[in-house]
This record gives sequence, structure tokens and C-alpha cells, in this order.
Amino acid sequence: MAPITGRVPPLRAALNYLAVCVLVILVFWASLSIINVSLDFGFVARYATRIGDGFVLTVLISVCSMVASLVLGAVVAAGKSTRILPLRYACDLYVRVIRGTPLIMQIYLFFYIIGTAWGVDNRLVAGVMILSFFEGAYVAEILRGSLLSINETQIEAARSVGFTRVQTVRYIIGPQMVARTLPALTGQFASIIKDSSLLSLIAVIEITQTLREISATNFQLFEACLLMGALYLVLTLPIMLISSYFEKRLDYAS
Amino acid sequence: MRIALDRLSRSFDGREVLHSMDFDDEVSTLAIIGPSGGGKSTLLRIIGGLLVPSGGELSIDGRLVLFNERDLVPYRAGLGYVFQAGGLFHHLNARENIALPLRVVHGLSAEAATARAEELLARLGLAAEGDKKPVQLSGGMQQRIAIARAIAPGPQLLLLDEPTSALDPEYTSEVLDLIGALKAEGMRFIVVTHELGFARHACEKLAFLYEGSIWEYGPSEQLFQNPQTPELERFLSKLLEWRV
Repeated sequence: MAPITGRVPPLRAALNYLAVCVLVILVFWASLSIINVSLDFGFVARYATRIGDGFVLTVLISVCSMVASLVLGAVVAAGKSTRILPLRYACDLYVRVIRGTPLIMQIYLFFYIIGTAWGVDNRLVAGVMILSFFEGAYVAEILRGSLLSINETQIEAARSVGFTRVQTVRYIIGPQMVARTLPALTGQFASIIKDSSLLSLIAVIEITQTLREISATNFQLFEACLLMGALYLVLTLPIMLISSYFEKRLDYAS
Repeated sequence: MRIALDRLSRSFDGREVLHSMDFDDEVSTLAIIGPSGGGKSTLLRIIGGLLVPSGGELSIDGRLVLFNERDLVPYRAGLGYVFQAGGLFHHLNARENIALPLRVVHGLSAEAATARAEELLARLGLAAEGDKKPVQLSGGMQQRIAIARAIAPGPQLLLLDEPTSALDPEYTSEVLDLIGALKAEGMRFIVVTHELGFARHACEKLAFLYEGSIWEYGPSEQLFQNPQTPELERFLSKLLEWRV
């Protein structure tokens, strides 16, 4: 078959996508009937308030962490190219250690050692701090990568027309960096939302922990998992759409 | 415009690419030619205020150019600079590429800047391309818009760094024609180029840069007819070897 080049007609794309979704659901359904499981979502109405609270807390943690990790990431990205060597190496070490170790380890170490030692005993605050610290390393790499990808000639051209350094950042580097980082940053936001589920390990009652607690009492683990997946997708799917919109919209760099 | 270089030099990582260069002459249209690595672009970037010399001085019309950022910003704003390629701002359309510096650097109102951009685009036959981003334009169009941006504020001098080297031959002539037309209007320029025909016929003076020094300098026609050094002779014959 010839490879599909260029844009697929929208109707054809939608129908094919739908077919794939149906297929996935059918396979899942078949698997359920093979192991003789029937699903019962009756508990959702019973625990609606708790589920709602957990969902809101997940959103809250994610938004706070997004903002904090952006600030931290920007500082670290700048720090990695500073001439002050101890600062540069500190930023480098931070990015390497955070990106090279699992979040679950960081959560335990931070919460039970550093948190206990320094009196951070509010689980929500600790959770947001840990998550921001974790995601900040990734954000730093996104920002640094896009800064490095800005063409030297663009900066030279900005100087040649008479822009000051500040004007060069404001009119040329800034807009080009936003265009380059927005798709990746929105994608990172989707990661933050998913990663926040691990804060359930230190009993932050976000949506994962809420559903874990519910399924621990009614033993409906499958239903809880499916609901959990659906709720995360409600948050991450629109973000992924926004990300690919930015990608198309701002795609001009040669 | 009188351009004077006094023992101007420049090194990169300890390697000197411009050696104590002296020059003093009235410049209206000057072509700088010479083999790659001879220091042509380095010299042009220093004259354009984009690169700080390692030693020596540059004066324009008797005024010493001070190579600190505060003095260089207005100095650069008074010149037009065209790069080999990729000098247009990627994220702005053709019109904004011209209009933005007019607003931000030269203090024009938004309407006046846009009007000036439209006027130049129309003159270059690019009126229909104003809304396009650089990536949507041909190389020749990009370079013509880059020239339009450079001349929009009415600079005293236009500096062109190999403006056609990255272009297909069919686009080269449209860019050279434009520079020729600007010359007819009295635009002064210095161009680094490998287009020997253009250097010979469109530029009054010619400088041959070789291994970081001005090897020969004088009226273009004279240098082409009577190269004084074997280096220039060899360079010219090499470039003209396959001419039709």
C-alpha cells in the first residue's frame, strides 16, 4: 500500500480513528468476558463527593506544580549557562539526579527525610513541592533546548537593525522561544497531571488516592481503575489537543 | 562617506584573521572579494558594529567608532546590514520584518511604519507577499525583503555579506538587479561577493582581501584589467575559468 502523504481528509481520518477506538474497546470487552468479570459502576454515585474532591485536588496540585516548575525550570535553565561555576554545576547535578531517578524514590526521600527534618508536615504542600522539584528538571531541559535552538543569525540580525539586548529578548528571542516551547510545555503539563498520582503514596487525597481508598472498601478495583483512567484522560486529552494545535499554529521555523 | 581603518586586527581563539589593516578612502560603492577564510565577513561585521576588533581603530567620516554596546546600538541603527541567508526574523511576516525595527528603533508610529513597509514591498514587486512568513518565500524574495528592511530607515551605508551566495542562479540576478537599482538612486554600499561581474560593473571600487590583509585596492575596472599581484591574478582566473 502506498504511504499516506500530506493531510488525510477529515472524514476519512475521523472514521479510521473511530474504527481503532472500537477495536480497542472490543478487545478489552472480550478480555473481561473471558475472565468472567462484569463491571458495576454503582459506587460512583455513592462516592460522588469524594471523587469530586479528589479530582479537584488533582487539578489544584497540577496547576500549582506547573507554575512552580516553570519558575524553577527557568531559573535552572539560566543557571546552566551561567559563568558562576558552582551554580552551573549545582543546576547540572540537579537536572541529572532528578531525571535519572524515579519519582517514587524522590517522594519518599523528600517527604520522610527532608520534610520531617525541616518541618514540612503538610502533605499537600510537600506534595506540590516534590512534584514541582521533579518536573522543574524537565522544564529546565525544555527551556534550555529551545534557547539553544534559536539561530545565531536571528540574534545577529536583531542587533544589526539596532535593537538593544532587552529589545532583542522582547521582540525576537522571547516570541521565538514561546513558539518553540509551548507544544513541549503543554505536553509536560499532561505529564505533571499523571505524575501527581504518585503523591497518593504519601496519602495526599487526590483522585488516585481517593479511588484507591474506595476500592479498598468495596473491592471494585477494575471499576476504580477504569474510572481513574477516564478522569485522567478528561484532563490530559484536551491538553494534548492544545499542544498539537500550538505545534501546527506556530510552525514557521525553517 | 570616508571609512578609515587604522591597524585594525581581529583574532579568534588566538588565531589572527585580520592583520593590522590600514585603509582610508571615500567609499560610495565597494566590493570586497577574495578567497574564503580571507577575512571578508569578519571585516564587514566589524564595520557593521557586530563584531569588536581585537586591536586598532575604525572611523566613519572622521568619527571614531566606540566599540561598547551603548555606542554600538545607535551606530548599528544608522547602517543597513544584509546577511547571507536567514537574516529575516522567522516569526514575523514580511511586512512586520520591515516595520518592527522602524517602530521600535526609529520611533515611527505603527501606521507610518506599516505604510513604509507596504511602499517598499510594492516597489520590489512583493506587495502580495506582505503577509507571508520567511519560510513561505523563495530565497530570492527573502533576500530582497532583507534588503528592503535594511534600507527602510534610510541608512547612510548598506552592508551586504554575500547576499547571493545561498541563492539559486535564477534568484541571484533579481537580488543583484535590486542592489544595482539602489546604487542608481545614490545608495552607498559595501558588498562582500563572489559575483565578479557585479563587482566589476556595479561597484566603483574593489578590495581584494587575502589571508587577512587588503592585498589590492582600487577602481574595479583597473583591478580586473591589471591585477598587480599574482594572488589576485590567480583568484580572478580561477573564478572566471568556467565562464561562458
